[in-house]
Amino acid sequence: MFAEFLQYLLSGITVGATYALVALGFSIIYNASHVINFAQGEFLMLGGMSTVFLMGLGFPMPLAIVAAVLITVAAGFLLEKLAVEPARGAGVVPLIIITIGASMFLRGLVQVVWGKEIHPMPSFSGDTPLDFFGASILPQSIWVLVITVIMVICLGYFFNRTLLGKAILATAHNRTAAQLVGININFILLISFGLSAMLGAVAGIIIAPITLTAYDVGIMLGLKGFVAAVLGGLGNFYGAIVGGVILGITEMMAAGYISSEYKDAMPFILILFILFFMPNGLFGARSTERV
Amino acid sequence: MTLLHVENLTKNFGGVCAIDDLSFSISEGTIHSVIGPNGAGKTTLFNLITGVYTPSTGSITLNGESIASKPPYTLAKMGMSRTFQNLQICANMTARENVMMGNHLHLNTGFFPAMLRLPAIIRGEKQCEEKAAELMHFVGLEDYIFSDADSMPYGALKRLEIARALAAQPNLLLLDEPAAGLNPKETAEIEALIQKVAESGVTVLLVEHDMKLVMNISDHILVLDYGKKLAEGTAKQVRENPEVITAYLGA
Amino acid sequence: MLINPRTTGLALLALVIAVLPFFMSNNFHYDVAIHIGINAIIVVGLNLLIGYAGQISLGHAGFLGIGAYFSGVLTSQYNWSPMLALIVGAALVGLLAFVVARPILKLKGHYLAMATLGLGIIISIVLNTEEHITGGPDGMVVPSLTLFGWELYGEQTWYWVIGGLLLLSVWLVLNIIHSPVGRALRGVHGSEVASQVVGIDTTRYKVLVFVVSAIFASVMGSLTAHYSGFITPSVSDFFHSIELVTMVVLGGMASTFGAVIGAAILTLLPQLLSGFEDYETMIFGLILMLTMIFLPKGLIPTLLASMKRRP
Repeated sequence: MFAEFLQYLLSGITVGATYALVALGFSIIYNASHVINFAQGEFLMLGGMSTVFLMGLGFPMPLAIVAAVLITVAAGFLLEKLAVEPARGAGVVPLIIITIGASMFLRGLVQVVWGKEIHPMPSFSGDTPLDFFGASILPQSIWVLVITVIMVICLGYFFNRTLLGKAILATAHNRTAAQLVGININFILLISFGLSAMLGAVAGIIIAPITLTAYDVGIMLGLKGFVAAVLGGLGNFYGAIVGGVILGITEMMAAGYISSEYKDAMPFILILFILFFMPNGLFGARSTERV
Repeated sequence: MTLLHVENLTKNFGGVCAIDDLSFSISEGTIHSVIGPNGAGKTTLFNLITGVYTPSTGSITLNGESIASKPPYTLAKMGMSRTFQNLQICANMTARENVMMGNHLHLNTGFFPAMLRLPAIIRGEKQCEEKAAELMHFVGLEDYIFSDADSMPYGALKRLEIARALAAQPNLLLLDEPAAGLNPKETAEIEALIQKVAESGVTVLLVEHDMKLVMNISDHILVLDYGKKLAEGTAKQVRENPEVITAYLGA
Repeated sequence: MLINPRTTGLALLALVIAVLPFFMSNNFHYDVAIHIGINAIIVVGLNLLIGYAGQISLGHAGFLGIGAYFSGVLTSQYNWSPMLALIVGAALVGLLAFVVARPILKLKGHYLAMATLGLGIIISIVLNTEEHITGGPDGMVVPSLTLFGWELYGEQTWYWVIGGLLLLSVWLVLNIIHSPVGRALRGVHGSEVASQVVGIDTTRYKVLVFVVSAIFASVMGSLTAHYSGFITPSVSDFFHSIELVTMVVLGGMASTFGAVIGAAILTLLPQLLSGFEDYETMIFGLILMLTMIFLPKGLIPTLLASMKRRP
């Protein structure tokens, strides 16, 4: 009984860590630009697929990973420069449509270039499950948790201790004021996309050995990560992490105890619930609009 | 007769007190102005009266009925209309359609009649078009009756907003800085227009920075500073009030 | 009736529908034309929501799916009359749309996008999972539409039915737009706060247009089911929802005829380019991006505006 519960909890935390990273990516971009980047999930897909592809070319895994992250970050920069920047100020709905278009484009491109097959990726340190109080946990899951924690700590340091990080936070709080003190808004926006792309790529790579990767893994991961971000309060750093973990655990618990077929519906039932009862999420702020 | 009455109105935004225990009345058929330095709370007061903000404490009554927490669209039904400091023109419609939109409450807004284009709707549309054209004449926009809203100059758009507000057939019209961004000639035209509106029987409450305009047309002036009432009275009284002179008109 | 753009457009559309059969030589052509018509009707309704009222729905295919499966299941397994199933299905979808939209539309901006996204995916998953009712991913057979004993059968008959329905839908939607209700909808998009101060209950109108566009989708879903004789859950999937949005965006937001043309282009495109399927996702994505960036008003309004500007 307890072992079963623990099993679901552990898988929930593992997948929740991934959602947390995706949610962080969403929040960073949303904070910098009020854009909801529907292409966020594709950053995960690009990370995983690029790694597989590069390894297929003969690159050793660590090198492939680094290169894959760089490729994804480049894609993030291109997305911002070519799709988002030209349409700035166009309003919420047009920007949503543009990022949806971008996500489809990226997905379609990968489908054409690398095919529709599902690709496995080798785990970082073997596949033998470890025993943890009766529940079994894959070594890769531990990697997921450890790397996520490291990334979150690094992000915290980046935002609170470095000048660039603080500049991003400043822009999120008040764009005009940030401009007035000399912060280059366009550059901040570019960096935000690059940062989110990096987070996405890393998340995609560390989870790929467990869930396999293909051209279309981005959709669900992206949408679920988005739900996690909204759950925690869109734009809220801690909310993204908490939201991700809660979502992951809820999903696994529902799959285990209620019905595994509706596992994928859980996040969306959750988002309807959130929107009906607490649209600002767990930690989101209420805002007044000046007329 | 009192049309609008504000009693002990206070509005806090977090730690900032934008309006502090404000009380005043507006009589029917007058032009009433609210002046004060930037940040005195004039637009906040406007937004409180027009239902965009909810008061923290205090009351606002229109014809004796409380309006303090009512949503803006209900206030229109009660006879209140307004223009905006930051123009809120619908660029996706023609100029005339913007004015016609103002007439919304007096039209047949049934969905099925509209969908089936019943004769009542066709008649109503024709009448509405004519009324809108008349209003555009009234405010001096006869040249723009067939223009798109997004191709009109700034000064014309300010008058378009007034036409739209008048289309709602209000008892009380609130004008939010009607002369902002206008050159002296345009300001004189707006001044004449506001007089014309008041003469047609509409009570006017305006927020304005242009002192000449305010002093010329106001029957009654309320001076705000830091969210509080600094002075009130006729133009002459306010002009000669020493506190007003220090705080606002330049020491 | 005076000669105005509305009447001209309707007349032109009627002409095209009447004349097209002379250019079609086999049932396959009729089939494509019918699918264009079906998509056009859905998109004309969706355009009210997205183009005129400025809202968004990322799960509209879900409403299609409910209409389709409601009709399919009730006519094939419970012997309901097809028209009754269609009407009841549409009413239920309207109710669902109302219940979901009312609380959400009080909030701002992107919340409706999220809610419709979630709703669409939930519907899609349910249709896929409840195999004992819906037949699951393999789909189910749907009997043909019968009306007072007369069976609606054959591509040519369906062509005229859909063609007539398209004309009717365009007429109804144009009527709505050029009325106080239509101005209220456009006002919601143009300036919500300005609409409110002239007495427009903006939430009520947003809910109204959402429900109307959902009902359009449900009715067409039912008709598609009867026409094709066979439906699969993919009719309600996320990609289909995005396809519909792309048709609105490409043809022209706030242009009813533009929506028809957008539907025509994007229904025809896969047919004209063989081997297109592999590139379909990429091309749709590209169209969405390029149109929103360079032609944010869509093809038809941009064309009309550039014609106005020429001396």
